[in-house]
Amino acid sequence: MTYSPHTAADRAAMLEAIGVATLDALFDDIPTVVRAGEWSVPPPLAEQSVRAELDRLARRNVIPEVSFLGAGVYRHLVPAVVGEVIGRPEFATAYTPYQPEVSQGTLQSIYEFQSLICELTGMEVASASHYDGATATAEAALMACRLTRRHRVAVSAAVNPDYRRVLETYCSGPGVEVVTVPVDFAEGGTGTTDPATAAGLLDDGVACLIAAQPSFYGQLEPMTELGEAAHAAGALFVAVVEPTSLALLTAPGEYGADIVTAEGQPLGIPASFGGPYVGLMAARMSSVRQMPGRLVGATRDARGRLGYVLTLQAREQHIRREKAASNICTNQALMALAATAYLTAVGPAGLREVAELSMTQARHAAAAIEGAGLGERRFGGPYFAEVAISVPDAARRHALMAERGIVAGYLAERDEPALRDTLLLAATELTTDEDVERLVHALEETR
Amino acid sequence: MAYPDDLRYSKEHEWVRADGDAATIGITSFAADELGDIVFIELPEVGGQLSQFGAFGVVESVKAVSDLYAPVSGTVAEVNEALRDAPELLNSDPFGAGWIARVELGDTSELDALMDADAYAAETA
Repeated sequence: MTYSPHTAADRAAMLEAIGVATLDALFDDIPTVVRAGEWSVPPPLAEQSVRAELDRLARRNVIPEVSFLGAGVYRHLVPAVVGEVIGRPEFATAYTPYQPEVSQGTLQSIYEFQSLICELTGMEVASASHYDGATATAEAALMACRLTRRHRVAVSAAVNPDYRRVLETYCSGPGVEVVTVPVDFAEGGTGTTDPATAAGLLDDGVACLIAAQPSFYGQLEPMTELGEAAHAAGALFVAVVEPTSLALLTAPGEYGADIVTAEGQPLGIPASFGGPYVGLMAARMSSVRQMPGRLVGATRDARGRLGYVLTLQAREQHIRREKAASNICTNQALMALAATAYLTAVGPAGLREVAELSMTQARHAAAAIEGAGLGERRFGGPYFAEVAISVPDAARRHALMAERGIVAGYLAERDEPALRDTLLLAATELTTDEDVERLVHALEETR
Repeated sequence: MAYPDDLRYSKEHEWVRADGDAATIGITSFAADELGDIVFIELPEVGGQLSQFGAFGVVESVKAVSDLYAPVSGTVAEVNEALRDAPELLNSDPFGAGWIARVELGDTSELDALMDADAYAAETA
């Protein structure tokens, strides 16, 4: 029997009310190529046959022996305590609380997460987390539009291409124009966002300038000058950061960032295809009422005892409906808890070690490749733990090395045609000297 | 309840005190009492344009958030900066120290579309 929540008459009435001719017209925004066609479902199988089939599919996964892949997601050691903490049923089985104050433990963990993110970024307030780095960045752009009452945003071409695509999507609805600030991608160029070029694109219609530190290509951007260019035009400065790098680099709060966003995955979350990850967002208290998402505050009860509450909920959709700061954001409480457990486990000194080792191994890899005459750094200037290396015939060799279990980073031309024959190599504290040797060997073999 | 005689009132519970082409606007004591303790106000921008009965700001109390609707059209000449740090003035003195903005009136005839004190008292009775 067909389950029918609405009668044909119900549906016709609803379509008429919203002025849409057919049910299919509601799905016009979804390209036909990605829509499900006819379902062809095989007949039922016995449990052991299903298991065998799943095993067969799982064996198609390729686990590389050596990987220098980064490009926004980084393979770091996840201390066992992280899994232990987030596996506790009080945390693992609970959804974000809607009658929150009875869940003091959950609220306390979110408050601690927010406090850690503020400390890391040098900002005054952090949200309870977002879906991922891309959506946090897109939300920051819309937040800047609300704060400045402007309707255009400028984004550096060296911000993660995925983030820029999500930004375009988020801005298309409210009619916010996205302007891209070009970057000098030429061989031997800076690979960074030029503050003068950015300033030339900023006027009194631009809500914010978005730049990444380090950039998607690993380069360190002139954030102070970019922030000054934004502020000179009355725009806000949005810094997209990599969280482990903050153990070494200047905190965004110190170079004038108004909003900071990040992908929190490097903090104790395994690199997995499609997540779950966690978006970070931090800002200044003066703009907190335009910040999207949940916020946990600390307070005292009538007897003076410390307690935690969801605060400033008047920004949120269950109170403000269509005028909420955001109706399309969500938090990732369990992944935020993983980041909290991670940061607590490694501590400031441990995080600094992670960042230093990552930088050291990236330099080791770059030097080994250059020393063997196999390639050279695409750009000059300082970089963090990811480095763009020019190698001849990169696409073919990248594919060939992958077949041999060695992922030679990210092929930059996939997103940026100007970066042909460029491998983006990421190192972390898990990158061994042997990994570097095997990469160099593979580059030699595929020469 | 009696309301000040020298003001005009809107159905959305804002008041306006006109003096030639200049006007001061705020929310009524009725609105403030209904909202409860006000904790935040989003003020309009100086130089911004208001249109009569259009939304121009937001007040947030411990129990609700409401839009502010302009009782008259005009250009914002000044906002009450004191409200940023002391939004409770909207509760304690809504017709005096709790004023919200001074506006250069666009069209004084718009005042005719508003109520006098007696009509507003009847409206809120």
